Amino acid sequence: MTHLNGDIRQRALDLVTLYPEPRSALIPLCHLAQEQDGWLHPEAIEEIAELCGVTAAEVRGTATFYDMLYTEPVGTYVVAVCTNIACMLDGALELLEHAEGALGVRAGGTTPDGVFTLHEAECLADCDQTPCVQVNHRYVGAQTPESFDRLLADLRSGALAETVPSHGTLVRVKRSVGLVADRGTIVAERAAAAEAQAARAAASSGGGGSG
Amino acid sequence: MAITDAPKIVTARLGYEDSHTLERYLATGGYEGLRKALGMTPEAVAAEVDAASLLGRGGAGFPAGRKWSMLRQNPLTYLVVNGDESEPATFKDHLLIERDPHQILEGVLISAYALQVSQAFIYLRGEFALGLERLQSALNDAYAHGAAGADIFGSGFSLDVVVHPGAGAYICGEETALLESLEGKRGFPRIKPPFFPAAIGLYGEPTVVNNVETMANIPWIVQHGGAAFAALGEGRSTGTRLFALAGHVRKPGNYELEMVKTTFRDLIYAPVLGGGIRGSNTLKAFIPGGVSAPWFGPDQVDLPLGQDEVGNAGSMLGSGSVVVMDSATCMVRAAWRITKFFSRESCGQCTPCREGSGWLERIMYRIEHGAGREEDLDLLMDLCDNISPGVAWPPQQTTICVLGPSIPSSIASGIRMFRDEFLVHVKEGGCPFD
Repeated sequence: MTHLNGDIRQRALDLVTLYPEPRSALIPLCHLAQEQDGWLHPEAIEEIAELCGVTAAEVRGTATFYDMLYTEPVGTYVVAVCTNIACMLDGALELLEHAEGALGVRAGGTTPDGVFTLHEAECLADCDQTPCVQVNHRYVGAQTPESFDRLLADLRSGALAETVPSHGTLVRVKRSVGLVADRGTIVAERAAAAEAQAARAAASSGGGGSG
Repeated sequence: MAITDAPKIVTARLGYEDSHTLERYLATGGYEGLRKALGMTPEAVAAEVDAASLLGRGGAGFPAGRKWSMLRQNPLTYLVVNGDESEPATFKDHLLIERDPHQILEGVLISAYALQVSQAFIYLRGEFALGLERLQSALNDAYAHGAAGADIFGSGFSLDVVVHPGAGAYICGEETALLESLEGKRGFPRIKPPFFPAAIGLYGEPTVVNNVETMANIPWIVQHGGAAFAALGEGRSTGTRLFALAGHVRKPGNYELEMVKTTFRDLIYAPVLGGGIRGSNTLKAFIPGGVSAPWFGPDQVDLPLGQDEVGNAGSMLGSGSVVVMDSATCMVRAAWRITKFFSRESCGQCTPCREGSGWLERIMYRIEHGAGREEDLDLLMDLCDNISPGVAWPPQQTTICVLGPSIPSSIASGIRMFRDEFLVHVKEGGCPFD
């Protein structure tokens, strides 16, 4: 019995085939496991390790390096308030303070009902929409303290369910095809092209070289 | 000539609501550059890019053509595209990824053909959820259209492209850290030499790593020729560049401008561009190329937007981000926040960066919050000197990657340009802007 269930498990198996080395699928597989559980369950880590041909410790070692991967449960909505320079110049520190008050948790904390986790984020690359906020890595536009309260209400009521999937679902668009050019074909194609290129180079330099 | 007269090379399609779709892309000349390239020899395509003198648009500004020529001959080679845009206040790649993903893909396919690589990977920042969806949709459509995959457009050239999500780490924008991450590991930069990607890259095979905006320029270069691109701009800075303008301007945003022919003054004040400083305030300082860059004051606002022009003036054009700070800005707070960023994002491999960034951040915090001492200014500069000896520009490096020597830029700029403001914080026991 696998921890990753039907469709997620199949997508994980498909992802592994896209890379010359299965280990490269490690981070995409962590995202998939979070799509199922919202965080990296220890059993998911074991399974990712097996699929990628590494140890569970290596998966944990990689996962703990990255801000978006969680080895403990987080809220349904991870609310990230950027306070880096462009946002700070436009009131982001004050917005974060407001968010902490509105949610009753400090940055890094999760509300007791498990709905919201609040983060102080580094630059989210949307610096003409300041202060910038993302919920589950979806941009929700520049926020004021007032609009932020409405945002929380909309998230609670489900009014934003279309634009903001619950935490872990990073992408809703799947790759439509596997690799279509197999390794053998590619190596042969490239070798032939290199030979032709060498012949052209030799011809243009008077044909005297060894290529 | 008006500053907006230069051709739009990477933003031509963005006026359309559906600029990200295959239909719009094809209706606006999309994939014609790829068709043309596939009818040329790979070396002829590479020669056009070399003739364009296209400088890499990621931050280091290394000529793309030269980077390509350094790729070691090998049965297996890779092209990896860096879409991990994380330099604070830089948001140009974000725009290109969400709004014109096919243009990036076409650039990738042309480049892969010119380089004859075995496979291409596009590493996108994990936080770009919509961007990942847009790029994956575009790639799915490109496969269905015959522009990617086996025997592309019947040319006999085959290539698979994989869109790969990151997971939140600034350091993965550094090309060797990105490769480590793409191999499923922590984003630890590799030491160079020997790990120059062109020699020892992804899985130890030769690899070219190019930025997203660099790729977005390639279709135009193939269509119009390298010479046409090189005719724009001046000196080493050819073509146009996408500048991300942020901070205290009336109209922050992305602006594609001809290099060198436009100045920071144009970008900040022209009504069609930044529109000037917000409210009734005046310009106090600006950061010309991402927060790793030393700051400029109002006296340098007439510098042209060119790589060497900015470099010779003691900073860098870097990531193409320009942050404007007005007269009401506390420079201690600005430098503190930037330093906090580096402290959070240091990968932790090298002592000067890992420890130094944390020490600097804590000292800056205490000055901003009224617990600073006058001797802290010398202490800060001494610590900066330990990270990057001489605290000069271009900086000396004591660490594996350039994150370390980027740390002192903001603090050193702050102290050198606004020493009095630091001292007021110390003397008044708090921030005068509070």
